Amino acid sequence: MGKIKMTANIIRQEMIGIDIFSMIIQAKEIAVQAKPGQFVDLYSADGSKLLPRPISLCEIDREEGTLRLVYRIAGKGTAEFSKLTSEHTIDVLGPLGNGFNLEDGKAILIGGGIGIPPMLQLAKELKCEKSIVLGYRDEEFLSEEFKPYGEVYKSSDNGAIGVKGTVMDAIKEYGIEGTHIYACGPTPMLRAIQKYALENGIRAQLSLEERMACGVGACLACVCKSKEVDHHSNVNNKRVCKDGPVFYAEEVEL
Amino acid sequence: MNTKVNIAGVELKNPITVASGTFGSGMEYDEFVDLNLLGAVTTKGVANVPWPGNPTPRIAETYGGMMNAIGLQNPGIDTFVERDIPFLKTKDTKIIVNVCGKSTEDYLEVVERLADTDIDLMEINVSCPNVKEGGIAFGQDPKALYDITKAIKAKAKQPIIMKLSPNVTDITEMAKAAEAAGTDALSLINTLTGMKIDVNRRTFAVANKTAGVSGPAIKPIAVRMVYQVANAVKLPIIGMGGVMTAEDALEFIMAGASAVAVGTANFHNPYATVEIIKGIEDYMKKNNVNDINELIGCVK
Repeated sequence: MGKIKMTANIIRQEMIGIDIFSMIIQAKEIAVQAKPGQFVDLYSADGSKLLPRPISLCEIDREEGTLRLVYRIAGKGTAEFSKLTSEHTIDVLGPLGNGFNLEDGKAILIGGGIGIPPMLQLAKELKCEKSIVLGYRDEEFLSEEFKPYGEVYKSSDNGAIGVKGTVMDAIKEYGIEGTHIYACGPTPMLRAIQKYALENGIRAQLSLEERMACGVGACLACVCKSKEVDHHSNVNNKRVCKDGPVFYAEEVEL
Repeated sequence: MNTKVNIAGVELKNPITVASGTFGSGMEYDEFVDLNLLGAVTTKGVANVPWPGNPTPRIAETYGGMMNAIGLQNPGIDTFVERDIPFLKTKDTKIIVNVCGKSTEDYLEVVERLADTDIDLMEINVSCPNVKEGGIAFGQDPKALYDITKAIKAKAKQPIIMKLSPNVTDITEMAKAAEAAGTDALSLINTLTGMKIDVNRRTFAVANKTAGVSGPAIKPIAVRMVYQVANAVKLPIIGMGGVMTAEDALEFIMAGASAVAVGTANFHNPYATVEIIKGIEDYMKKNNVNDINELIGCVK
């Protein structure tokens, strides 16, 4: 098997925060081969919006053949998706990207904002001891669902949820330690984690975001800067959609 | 029923190829479509040396289309010859290599490197709006286009296709200049230069500020230009610009294109190329068209 584009039934969708939606779709062919940290492309039903929207996998149920997608409304495409119900179908392409490597050691899972959802499936699959750090702007979501899988620490911009400040502030405040970091979130957050990990000799996998078109590595829209010359591009560019979205801290320049 | 078409002496099993830059060298789409079914694969532009391309964001969506300023990122001709051509040679399809450069010498270096390779056609990109030097500079001045076409034609072992820019006042002037200089075929259109502003960030949506607009939003312009050029020169034309469906491809063919490239549609539907080929065959059956060549330029 490999990547497939299919029409998926929507099992259900609910709003779980301001502009944040949780959609479960039936996509067995994608679910059975999907890994935490991978993503799918969702397509608008409206021909004026041609490009697919990359959405991370929040949960993968390989037995039921379902995928849970948690996303924030960021524009017209995601606004359209948010109105869909179990009466509708949606076109989906996946699984895309490389996903996280599950490694042994003491793990710190860090999610920031809409980078939180992909950490849930990872938390379920990582069998080692783990701390979970969730950074919010001002509204909490999904945090309860992480509790069965490890100690959950929180931060928020205004201090209403957990530590006031960033996920790095929470890590320092609570003295969270680990040998492996897995992170997804906005670039400034990833940059701070990358610096922290490299300075402290912690192995870190960072899931990046970049505007994408094809989603399969052909169009070269979503590149990031790589430290070494990349074997595919022959320049210091890696493709976030295909070589990533997950990179080791030492591989990329943020 | 015949779907074969001829571009400068090269026979394509059907008129469908892909637009350069939307399909890599085919590897990434190999798992979605049987590349053996395509008339030809047109590769991403390749230069004499690796190019890093432009800063990100490199793309943005527009109503019924998109814009890109990738900046012709490519791995250079050495890697291309070692990796991409051998991959394409495992497929039963024609190979059209898109060539880019910043100076005449750059183009010639690639053209000479390709001379010893088993490719079928070269498409010369003198119309990329997203690189500051070269590219478009050759494609907006008939004299410059004539000179570079002549220089490339003198060195080329395979037939050449000059790819024209729509960002000109009269595209037929450019087509005539390329024809006079001896090009074997033409492809048109490249993207239309556009701009999008992100009002929330109060900056340009694409880092390069300007970017090339593609997709169905530009299709009527592309069809018009193919029609004008088909009536101005005697060269075979590969038409492109917003082809999403078989009906779109047939519009280009009836306007005068011998072959049609599918571009942005690949991003919307990775199976687009083969669906369009099937759709053309269905149209021919339904309308009792025995030979696709009957349709080329049939609308006068």
